[in-house]
Amino acid sequence: MKERLVFGYDPFVLPFLTGMIFIIGYLLVGTIRIIICLNGRERKRLLTIFHPATAFRIVKDIFADCLLHIKIFKRNVLLGYMHASIAFGWFMLIVLGHIEVMLFTPQRNGILYYPIFFRYFVMETEQTLRGSFYFFVMDLCLLIVLSGIGLAIYKRFKSHRLGMKRTTKLRLGDNIALYSLWLIFPLRLLAESFTADISGGSFLTKGINSLLHSFVSNPSNISMVWWAYSSALGLFFFALPFSRYMHIPTEILLIALRHAKIEATSLRDGYSEAEIYSCSRCGICIDACPMTFNNQDVKFTSVYYIRLLRRRENASVPAGMCLMCNKCVELCPVGIDSTAIKLINREILNKRISFDYTPVNLSDPEINLAEAGKAKLLYYGGCMTALTPSVSFSIFKILEKAGIEYIHMDKENTICCGRPLLLSGNLKDAKELISKNRKLILDSGCQTLLVSCPICYKMFTEEYDLKNIRVVHHSVYINELINNGEISVKKSADSCVYHDPCELGRGSGIYDQPRSVLESIMDLKEAPEEKRESICCGGSLGSIALSYNNRKEIAKGSLNNLMRYSPDILVTSCPLCLRTFSSVNEKRTADIAQVVYEHMI
Amino acid sequence: MKPGQLLWPYINFSRKIRTMEEFGFKISKSTRIDLDSACQSLYNQIASKVPDIRTCINCGSCSASCTAATFRRTSFRGAILHINRGFDKKAVEFLKSCMLCGKCFLVCPRGIDTRNIILEIIRSEEG
Repeated sequence: MKERLVFGYDPFVLPFLTGMIFIIGYLLVGTIRIIICLNGRERKRLLTIFHPATAFRIVKDIFADCLLHIKIFKRNVLLGYMHASIAFGWFMLIVLGHIEVMLFTPQRNGILYYPIFFRYFVMETEQTLRGSFYFFVMDLCLLIVLSGIGLAIYKRFKSHRLGMKRTTKLRLGDNIALYSLWLIFPLRLLAESFTADISGGSFLTKGINSLLHSFVSNPSNISMVWWAYSSALGLFFFALPFSRYMHIPTEILLIALRHAKIEATSLRDGYSEAEIYSCSRCGICIDACPMTFNNQDVKFTSVYYIRLLRRRENASVPAGMCLMCNKCVELCPVGIDSTAIKLINREILNKRISFDYTPVNLSDPEINLAEAGKAKLLYYGGCMTALTPSVSFSIFKILEKAGIEYIHMDKENTICCGRPLLLSGNLKDAKELISKNRKLILDSGCQTLLVSCPICYKMFTEEYDLKNIRVVHHSVYINELINNGEISVKKSADSCVYHDPCELGRGSGIYDQPRSVLESIMDLKEAPEEKRESICCGGSLGSIALSYNNRKEIAKGSLNNLMRYSPDILVTSCPLCLRTFSSVNEKRTADIAQVVYEHMI
Repeated sequence: MKPGQLLWPYINFSRKIRTMEEFGFKISKSTRIDLDSACQSLYNQIASKVPDIRTCINCGSCSASCTAATFRRTSFRGAILHINRGFDKKAVEFLKSCMLCGKCFLVCPRGIDTRNIILEIIRSEEG
């Protein structure tokens, strides 16, 4: 293999070269801007990415997420293959191109365009085994990429075949980038098949060469095709910053920042900016979002919210609508924590307002828990359980049966746990409630805090520093009681389905304990979307501005999913979900404590 | 004899016309609030964002279930009545201890998005 052109240059490389220089400059400026926005402590933390163990994890994640797209593979094999084939195949083409340059023309090392247009500049002197090996691997990679492009074109027309019901609408920048991306690889194949006679080729390029012999043997066509190939590349690079494909380079930065344990602290700058540009607008969050049961509300989904932020437009309306059920975050293949950004948005919106809790005095005699020290178990029902007394009633009956003494913390009156305030962006007021509740709980001298509301449970475990008091949700506690033999249950012939409340499932990772309880008393059926893909009931306190009618639509949609295999009872472990579903469910809706109480011997 | 003719002898025209006061009733000044003169700008401003507010029937379910009301006078119903009558400052007073727990939203028979309205009213105070 040796050089065919003395100068190693041809004017057709210009579109590619300018595009490449543009995109490198753009990325450099963008990276520096993001790093400038980090504060001193975060920048110090950023240095930890050079630690070998962290660096290894970052590289591993980049391979798994950016190139092989393992997360998308888990979701849908075809969709995963489409992404992995294009990303990994293209990556291999670039790497192999560089290796070829290093091996065959080391004097051209470091020239940007040389590895990309290597085939144009070299000629095969004699058949070498090493050369034909690279030809074969390159052709194979190109074939893999082309199969991915084929799938991508197919997906444009029949997206549901690849597991996507809906995707985002493309804009001009996206369209230019998309079509130029589609064109790059067929043009590369055509261009390389021209030179297959000169610089050698393998099954693919040689095959095309002999197939289109009359066309490729005409030397006047050669420069035209290479120009087209280079222009497609250049166009893609120029359109990249204005398209959703910006996620390809940004995701690498995002992974590094994430491993440096940097979190979003502002709406648009620093880590958030990396997240915003990493959004590939794949639309997985559109299918995930419960608000889209009502087709008009697609504009409130995370992907469109992030697009508004990217364009620096006012995004407070979708931020206020979000139910904060976190399903989009759970399913996001890039791992963008859009909920955190929305929370920051709400905090900015409510920055100037404050509530006044000075009259709230929890040392009132009726809620004084001084005498509660004897009981080891403190029960906190929370606001929502106050509206569903059947739940707390059942829990008390179960506790009495098990012979456990308890103190009802909010029997008379108490205050909210503070999570609704936290979710609405009133952090300062939430902290005030936390400190009041925390003092009450610590003063009670209890060892265990039993909570029947997942919203409170998440708050107590994450935001309260309750020292060595164990916070436990009633579904977990009942499971322990059954396993320890403190209560015994009988199995009935009824069938049930379990709805994972957002705050308990995705929020706290409790999926199995309630299911094991239900399996011991009833026939537990599955729902098409459950566990981490469970659909919010629509009652969530996370949403500030969602109207009652929209919530009802969501409840109906979520119910449809749960009742797919027609169970007799819908069981949940959240008083809020219980109340929301009760109003739309024709069959029975019950809390896990209720059904256990009914099946107790 | 025509009907009504019999009545004449029973009516004594010489007697003084008796007023309500003589029977123990009093005429006091009207306490009715003139909605035409009340400044409803905040009410209308909120209604343009959250139209639900117009469907409130002042049933009081929200106030009855309120968590914060045990500590301080807190009433969503009261707040709506007050902004409807133009007493915006008083309305804010009614909601100052709200914890946004959402019980009022759950019990509301009209499905009014209470928490959104509460935040709007509180925001109006801060300008």
